[in-house]
Amino acid sequence: MASVVPLKEKKLMDVKIGELPSWILMRDFTPGGIFGAFRRGYDRYYNKYVNVKKGSIAGISMVLAAYVVFNYCRSYKELKHERLRKYH
Amino acid sequence: MNENLFASFITPTMMGLPIVILIIALPAMLYPSPNRLVDNRLISIQQWLVQLILKQMLLIHNVKGRTWSLMLISLILFIGSTNLLGLIPYSFTPTTQLSMNLGMAIPLWAGTVITGFRYKTKSSLAHFLPQGTPTLLIPMLVVIETISLFIQPMALAVRLTANITAGHLLMRLIGGATLALTAISPATASITFIVLLLLTILEFAVALIQAYVFTLLVSLYLHDNT
Repeated sequence: MASVVPLKEKKLMDVKIGELPSWILMRDFTPGGIFGAFRRGYDRYYNKYVNVKKGSIAGISMVLAAYVVFNYCRSYKELKHERLRKYH
Repeated sequence: MNENLFASFITPTMMGLPIVILIIALPAMLYPSPNRLVDNRLISIQQWLVQLILKQMLLIHNVKGRTWSLMLISLILFIGSTNLLGLIPYSFTPTTQLSMNLGMAIPLWAGTVITGFRYKTKSSLAHFLPQGTPTLLIPMLVVIETISLFIQPMALAVRLTANITAGHLLMRLIGGATLALTAISPATASITFIVLLLLTILEFAVALIQAYVFTLLVSLYLHDNT
């Protein structure tokens, strides 16, 4: 077992704080790499909450809740004016 | 009030980037594809639903019409899930935009008409003249039938747009009225709240029904022409 693992192959939790900027810069930022990152995130969520023997409604309702939050952030500018205030 | 009422129908862009593309692509991401013989619950429910719709919808078609089955099932699933996702608070419904519905209706209708003209030319042209019309009325009736043929895609698109938009608008108005009435007289507010509940139940039904109607009509036009 090598005593020093090269920086590129370390996972995020094993990277020391001093090494963080160089670790970030070494990540794959090509379109294929970014798509791979989204794919890995999707697979992680899917295999944890949906692709199980007794999947519950929590799997999909977390996605819908995130969708609500996303849309709220998107339309905050117009929603600001709909608060219950005496003077707008 | 005037500007806020229609603010939810503006196509969402964030700093110039059209996020509406992400919103249109979202329903597709909620349907995972089957990998095994017996999958997880979400995929099993989805497969059962698709089987149900498929059997019901493709009974009336012959072999030629059944080549359209993938298109029709995708259509009803897309419109149904887009409408249902639009009932989530703060979300944007792509089917409220006439441009998108026209983009769905015109190619599908044109496809059915062109299929009819290509394979059964005489029979398709014969649709323009119902049986048993008096000879004098023939020119006028041909004109009327042509108009009714060309209005089919417009009716498809406008029906979907108007139904979904009207439902969302009504919910917004009655919700705003309920909120304003709670300060003035809570009894009337509870009445409007019950109206809002009923309307929400109706909207769920309308979301699904509109999908069904759209697909059914396309399949009917197909049946005429195959």
